[in-house]
Amino acid sequence: MRGRRFDITALPGFSAIAIGVFVVLYAPIVTIVVYSFNASNSVAVWGGFSFRWYEIAWENTQVQDATIRSLVVAVSAALISTTLATMAALGTTRRGRFKGQTFIYVMINQPLMVPEIVTAVALLIFFATIKVATGYQGLGYLILAHSAFCIPFAYLPIRARLEGMDLTLEIAAADLYATPWQTFRRVTLPLMAPGVAAGAMLAFVISLDDVIITEFVKSAGQDTLPTYMLGQLRRAVTPEVNAISTALLVLTVMLLTAFFLLTRRRD
Amino acid sequence: MSPSAIEIVDAAKVYGYGASAARALGGVSLGIRTGEFFTLLGPSGCGKTTLLRLIAGFEMPTEGTIHIGGKDMTAVPPNKRPVNTVFQSYALFPHLTARENIAFGLQMLGRPRDEVASEVEKMIALVKLEEMADRRPGQLSGGQQQRVALARALAPAPQVLLLDEPLSALDLKLRKEMQLELKRLQTETGITFVFVTHDQEEALTMSDRIGVMSGGRLLQVGAPREIYNRPVDRFVADFIGETNFIPAEARGDLVRVAGVDLSLPGAGNGPVTLAARPEQVRIGSNGPLPATLTRTVYFGTDTHCHMTLSDGTEIVARLQSPPSGDIGLRDGQGVRIDFAPGALQILEGA
Repeated sequence: MRGRRFDITALPGFSAIAIGVFVVLYAPIVTIVVYSFNASNSVAVWGGFSFRWYEIAWENTQVQDATIRSLVVAVSAALISTTLATMAALGTTRRGRFKGQTFIYVMINQPLMVPEIVTAVALLIFFATIKVATGYQGLGYLILAHSAFCIPFAYLPIRARLEGMDLTLEIAAADLYATPWQTFRRVTLPLMAPGVAAGAMLAFVISLDDVIITEFVKSAGQDTLPTYMLGQLRRAVTPEVNAISTALLVLTVMLLTAFFLLTRRRD
Repeated sequence: MSPSAIEIVDAAKVYGYGASAARALGGVSLGIRTGEFFTLLGPSGCGKTTLLRLIAGFEMPTEGTIHIGGKDMTAVPPNKRPVNTVFQSYALFPHLTARENIAFGLQMLGRPRDEVASEVEKMIALVKLEEMADRRPGQLSGGQQQRVALARALAPAPQVLLLDEPLSALDLKLRKEMQLELKRLQTETGITFVFVTHDQEEALTMSDRIGVMSGGRLLQVGAPREIYNRPVDRFVADFIGETNFIPAEARGDLVRVAGVDLSLPGAGNGPVTLAARPEQVRIGSNGPLPATLTRTVYFGTDTHCHMTLSDGTEIVARLQSPPSGDIGLRDGQGVRIDFAPGALQILEGA
């Protein structure tokens, strides 16, 4: 018997709406993936299967530069933001509740609330001042900006992991003669490690994908992969962008699958 | 044999500051003897767990001192105290196997590898966990986790083992088993046990001595028989087992209850409250105290008889049920009450 419980799947048109949503979500992505293997020069006409555009993208020095730059920025930002987020998560969860806790949460998660374009403009002006004062034009600005907005993405999974951990565990370790450092090394760190890895991956993906802040902060000749693609699309649409997009998609899906596996509760 | 494993003098603990300050423990002094099974008994919020945490070093006392094994440990951090704790939640390390959990303390003490291994095997045998030693806590039942927690705390051979309501999460049958098990482990290892519980039966069956606590104070310390038969006040009498409280007038060696004089040597003078355990109350045809039976409740082995005295005081007698199951008394019937010798106690401060 169905009973009186509300069942959304029993409503008329449920399946039609569901299918419609999935088509809108996935059709463009499927198109981009399929057309990345197009042999023809056109983005709209199918000219047979080929890895041609992957080869062209692979040999394009601009793509190579942008890819390396993207990886350098994303890895650095992931490392920095995860380190800071880990310390923040330890400070906000391992000593019980304290005054101003909610305020601290809001402060840490600022990048999730402030519109990205606002942050981008603010950083542009802020960094411009520093550039004039110091003359430094390097990649440091991008790494710093990415590290900042990646913090909440690294922080949230780490905090979730730590909140699920009994505070008594560290007390038990101290009771069993472990020094504070040994307690951290032997108990806290191994138990929080999956959360830290998940946070780092999420931060990496978010940094890799960023356009708006990068576009505003980068100096001349500092294109990352997403800003390079945007620049290409402004001139002429070539199937090369499809190939790069597909490669990026595969990498991101792999990382997010790993993220999901790490954050899933085992017991 | 040193006389005192733990010596606590005027220990007080206040949480918070100013107007929101809460006094969890108000000046407790207590000596716990080496090798004894000592139980801190009281209702939740009475300060027994706070006292345990002060001994373990998880909290610092606001006032007072704590000596362990003759040394002042008042301000020593928990990792430098020769005590180990079995936690109510067990607090087993979920990423380590049972064997690794048990080895943890010895490893932290920097013992050589082969010594750790042989000690751990001894502990595993002691708590009978041979088949489960390589499992993680998540793969063990509640009772098995309990044994791992015990073995982990016993492995470093502490001077004192602290147990914070360790049996409260177990079902009744397992709890009874573990009570015997704990007592056996204590006897075999000779380690001083300080056991915290709110279960009076658990306290009576396991302890060498019991400290009854309420409202952050230690009300009475004594052997189980002493606590049960000579409670110092109404709270202790009421918390440990069931008790009849009878208002009376003391006059020399007599007490007057509902207009009847009963003999009680050294009763003193003035109004007092008497305490009598239900199993010490007898019902017969020639007892001195007349009463009316209001209700009988059958409990299987016992039958409880509720009676009212002429002044309205209610008294309960616990009689052993006869083979027929019927004690032969009817509600509303007049009966005469007698007390077993020494059953009547005068309570202080009542």
